[in-house]
Order: sequence, then structure tokens, then C-alpha cells
Amino acid sequence: MDRYIQAPLSKADIESLHAGDYVYITGTIFVARDAAHKRMFEAVQKKEVLPMDMKDQIIYYMGPSPAREGRPIGSAGPTTASRMDKYTPKFLDMGLKGMIGKGKRNPEVVEAIIRNKAVYFAAVGGAGALLSKKILKSEVIAYDDLGAEAIRKLEVEYFPAVVVIDSEGNNLYENVLK
Amino acid sequence: MREVCVDILTDQIKEMCIEANHFLTDDMDEILKEATEKEDGLLGKQILDSLQENLEIAGEDMIPICQDTGMAVIFLEVGQDVHFIGGNVEDAINEGVRRGYVDGYLRKSVVKDPLIRENTRDNTPAIIHYTIVPGDKVKITVAPKGFGSENMSRVFMLKPADGIEGVKNAILTAVKDAGPNACPPMVVGVGIGGTFEKCALMAKQALTRNVKQHSNIPYVAELEEEMLRKINETGIGPGGLGGRTTALAVNINTYPTHIAGLPVAVNICCHVNRHVCREV
Repeated sequence: MDRYIQAPLSKADIESLHAGDYVYITGTIFVARDAAHKRMFEAVQKKEVLPMDMKDQIIYYMGPSPAREGRPIGSAGPTTASRMDKYTPKFLDMGLKGMIGKGKRNPEVVEAIIRNKAVYFAAVGGAGALLSKKILKSEVIAYDDLGAEAIRKLEVEYFPAVVVIDSEGNNLYENVLK
Repeated sequence: MREVCVDILTDQIKEMCIEANHFLTDDMDEILKEATEKEDGLLGKQILDSLQENLEIAGEDMIPICQDTGMAVIFLEVGQDVHFIGGNVEDAINEGVRRGYVDGYLRKSVVKDPLIRENTRDNTPAIIHYTIVPGDKVKITVAPKGFGSENMSRVFMLKPADGIEGVKNAILTAVKDAGPNACPPMVVGVGIGGTFEKCALMAKQALTRNVKQHSNIPYVAELEEEMLRKINETGIGPGGLGGRTTALAVNINTYPTHIAGLPVAVNICCHVNRHVCREV
């Protein structure tokens, strides 16, 4: 089913999404991948303030290629989510409600998704040129020294993704296997 | 003896890095189009259509097909009658990669040390494989490799008793474990035989072979076809979201091995299987 949703996410939208739904996301999302996750996780352990408030937000696992002149961002497709599994349950417990990536999640992440009523989306892996066109604005908000791995705030419009794990823990990747 | 100035390597490799990251080779383009027409999985078809649209945008607007523009893997087949002049070959290759990635707006994805992890900021060094061959030409293959799929690759040191069934199981295990992580539809490169490192290198080289041509060894060609069919029966599909297209091709290279061993390497690549080749 095709769905049009807003980011940050509302409780009603999250709970109405089901594994296999094709969604178009419009609004503000954040970008963080391996190095930014590690640094934020360590900051939480040291009780430091994070550069972003997790509440109701979506994190997109992505590291873009450099933007050409006149464009907000370069190629911008999803990276493999499982590398973030170590850090994700903590962020979900802090209020994170959505993640966009590609590939499987471990059982701890699935449990945290159910516990916190969150959702995991997959974007089309290897469609970075197409997805860059759905990004209207991109701003590095923290960890600039990490280059392609810095934390960004994006304005997206009709950003396409598929619900892989819904708030009840239904998992599309498992459902399709023969 | 033919003299070849190393500046030629730099210029060619710069262009090839940019070309490989924006345009599919003809064989990959054709096989992906064919798969898109045949796919009947609901989400799978939608994903393949998106990939076609993505390729059009990449070529028209010069946005890399995928943001992971890879670590530059370079095969240099050097004719034994070539004499390089004008500098150091390795430096010239890395300079080509540097210019390609910096001038071509490609992502810098290389860290200087595997544990300290500081980005080199120009995507160097490349991974370079040299071979000496007859003749006075230099054949350059540039195959930038993304790590979503590289991370899902495997080496299996099988026993001779495991035989061909063991090889089939190894390939299927690697593909199933990779699943949606490796950005299917995948291309599967397999090396069978040799030693630990030889089979891994063969698997990588198999990815640079034309995906529309089978091995010229009859039983290997049959194995390629059988494995492609079995992989596509898993239902993983494009993006891992279900469908008949899990792999586009299985390319297998073989080599003599030791009486005690049966090494098998499976190098998985995504649908952006980049392999540009030029001869100078």
C-alpha cells in the first residue's frame, strides 16, 4: 500500500504502518552513519548533550558523495543498517522513532523497535542519484570533521522507502523468503 | 621494447574512475534491463524500475549511481615488452585515483589505518593487482568496489570430499547470508581452487568478466547457470523485498589446487558492478 507520511513521525502514522507498505516521506530527517553513531553513543555514556534530540525523529543511514555546484547533495542512497545495531537500541530508548537504511537488523534492535513502537524503513540500495533528487536541503549540523560521515539535517520531499520492520515487529525480509 | 609514460596511466585511471561510477558497462546495462522486464514481484518490480530511473539521472546529471563510489580496485596487465618511463607506476596509479575522486565529486571512503580510521580524503591508496603478460600493451581494469556487498563476501576452505555439492552449498550460504545487505540484484563472483588468497583474487576477477558470457569450461558454465537459477529461487529479490531477481549473473573462475584442498571464495557485488577496461 502506498502511504504519504510526515517527518518527524507521529504516533498515529507509525502504528498504522505495516511491513511491506511503500511510503513517501516529507519533512525533516537526520543523517548519521558509523562514525557519528559511535561518537553520539560515547557522548550519551559520558552524559553529554547530543547534537540532535532523538524524540520522534528519523535517522537516515547514509554518507553522501560531494555535491556539485548548485545542488544540495551528491549521490545519497542508504548504507547497511546492521553496522549501527550496536548503538540503535539506546537511541530508540531515547525517543528515536524511525530509521532508514538497508539490510537486516539484529534481534536486540527488533525488540527495541517493538518496545518503543518505532519503525525501520529500507530505501532502494544503489539508487543514490534518484534519492538525491528527493532531498531539497542538506545542512551539516555536527561532527563536520567526519566528512561524509558528519551529522546532517535534511529536508526531504516524497522520499521513497519501504516499511521492513513495523512497530509490531513484522519483518518483510523474512516474509519474502521461500 | 615499447616505452610507456606513466602519466598515461594517471590520465586514463582518472577518467575510468569517473566513468565507472556514472555509467554501467554495456553488459551490466543489458542484463539489468532484461531482469526489469521479467520481474513480477510487486515490490521487486518497483525497485528495478527505480534502478532504471536512477541510471538515467546518474548519466544525465552526473550524480554517481551509488553514493558508495567504492575503494578503487585496479588490475594492471603489463606486457613484458613494456618499459615504463616518467615516474613510479604505483604513484601514477594512485594519482589517477586521487584526481578521479577529487575532481569527479566521488565519495572519499578510504581510511589510512584499519583501526585508527582517519580518512585519507582522496580515496587513495588503490588496491592494485599486477600481472605480467606477453606483448607490449598495458591493459587497465578499474573496478571500484562498494563495501555493502564486499562485507558479505566469504572464503570457505572446503575439503576435497565436499566436492561440487560443497561448492554449491558455499555459494548459496554466502548469498542467503548476504540477502538484502548486499543490494540485490547481485552479481556473484566465485573463485574455486588455487590457495587461500588465489581463490579470493579469482572471485574478484570473476566480477570483472562480461556478465553475459559463461565460462569456456563446459562444466563450469553449467554450474554458473545452475547456481543462478538456485539463487533466484530463494525469493530474496530486488532490495531483498521479494521477487525472482536476486542475482543477475554468477561468474566462476577456477585454478589448479593442492591434493588436500578445495578453496572457494564468493565475492558478492551489487547491481552496480563497476568494471571499466581500457588498453594502452
